[in-house]
Amino acid sequence: MYSDKVMDHFMNPRNVGEIKDADGEGQVGNPKCGDIMKVFLKVEDGIIVDAKFKTFGCAAAVATSSMSTELIIGKNIDEALKITNKTVAEALDGLPKPKMHCSNLAEEAIKEAIDDYKKKHGMEPEKEQGERCSRRCDDILNDE
Amino acid sequence: MDSRFIYLDHSATTNVKPEVLEEMIPYFKSNFGNPSSIYSLGRKSKQAIEEARERVAKALNSKKEEIYFTGSGTEADNWAVKGAAYANSNKGKHIITTAIEHHAVLHACQYLESEGYELTYLPVGPDGVVAAQQVSKAIRPDTILVSIMYANNEIGTIQPIKEIGGITREKGVLFHTDAVQAVGNTSIDVEDLNVDMLSLSAHKFYGPKGVGALYIRKGTKITNFIHGGAQERKRRASTENVPGIVGLGKAIELATHNIDGYSEKLRNLRDNLIDQVMEKIPNVRLNGHRKKRLPGNANFSFEFIEGESLLLMLDMKGIAASSGSACTSGSLDPSHVLLAIGLPHEIAHGSLRVTFGEENTGEDVKYLMEALSPIVERLREMSPLYVKD
Repeated sequence: MYSDKVMDHFMNPRNVGEIKDADGEGQVGNPKCGDIMKVFLKVEDGIIVDAKFKTFGCAAAVATSSMSTELIIGKNIDEALKITNKTVAEALDGLPKPKMHCSNLAEEAIKEAIDDYKKKHGMEPEKEQGERCSRRCDDILNDE
Repeated sequence: MDSRFIYLDHSATTNVKPEVLEEMIPYFKSNFGNPSSIYSLGRKSKQAIEEARERVAKALNSKKEEIYFTGSGTEADNWAVKGAAYANSNKGKHIITTAIEHHAVLHACQYLESEGYELTYLPVGPDGVVAAQQVSKAIRPDTILVSIMYANNEIGTIQPIKEIGGITREKGVLFHTDAVQAVGNTSIDVEDLNVDMLSLSAHKFYGPKGVGALYIRKGTKITNFIHGGAQERKRRASTENVPGIVGLGKAIELATHNIDGYSEKLRNLRDNLIDQVMEKIPNVRLNGHRKKRLPGNANFSFEFIEGESLLLMLDMKGIAASSGSACTSGSLDPSHVLLAIGLPHEIAHGSLRVTFGEENTGEDVKYLMEALSPIVERLREMSPLYVKD
């Protein structure tokens, strides 16, 4: 069902944990839907120098969390914002169709964390905090 | 920790016992005749089916003529529920069932609702057991059928079938029980239980997949479900699955042979596991009544973690179990059973079902515990919901 890469990132997730006094933090998801992801960013001179996550969810949710943090480390904010759920899924050699929604989690959590960083640094966030969280369940229902 | 394979999902399915397979094989090969054919090769198949019917009847304490073979437990459930509903619609269109039925009954009932039948889905208590008195209260003059499972497939809870059977008998309402999870795990006597219909499935008790049976008490009004030839005394058309039926017959005979000893063995494993999990792992709850449950069933919810992750990590250790998490079912909602016993969604997502069977030993419980504790701890460390004390 899962690719080897998904299983690798699930069994050996990269960047699990928290960053104290993170420059940006974002949490999306809902325990009702069965997944929550929290991302912590450390940003220096506009570049993400470290990222950590905590995730409650299935193997796909954990693997996308792990992969997406890997993808954004070393990138500047604008590049990181360009990472979509598709980019993450492709980097994992694909996700089973019913699990594609899990990759939204990672994309949205990162965007949420970047928005938080922007707000803290007097920049205009892309969306209001929390706006991304509640959409997911409905999105999935509408997809079906 | 040595690496091995431990199967702890006997409620999903079981292996076919060698003795069962051995009896089946001739009916794939030399005795391949169609039971409806009149020559001796056909008669051999016919005879094998009747012997299997005898074995099933003996196991359930029914008459031989009251046993009908089907293609699965699901088919038996569908036949019982829809067949009884259609045959008795002149009397009324009200059916009583519970919120925790298997989808084979639940979805058949929902389908009947779309056809104008009125359904009452009785709730269960937090222990996962329905109160017989609720059935009594729910019965109306237009009630035509009560369908309540013998034992739940997820949390293993055993329903008061005998008590409910007394009520339905007294009120003159048909009573079906889905005993797919119960047959082979606990002894069943349709006369003692006062049920009118009972479903069972061979692959749950070391028989083959693709074959089940429906017990229909003589005189029960029920329409046919599969139309065609005159098989099963004109009640269920289609050329019989002869090897499967032979396998079912042998499997039920073996299963009922020493059922008390088997139940006790499973109960010991179950109780051992429940005691250890409750003692050694914090923030865990046992789902379903502590005692009124299938002898081999344990179902837990581990707070702060999600079931699919747990199953995959157990799988890496060679342990096969199951969960009521949404992620394992392909839907958004966690198990309707876990929600029905009042679990919040996030707790229902973190459930683990372990169902023991014949080959399991105390060593397996030990191995499972050695694997489970660190996995739960690891997933919790990763969870944003978990705050360590």
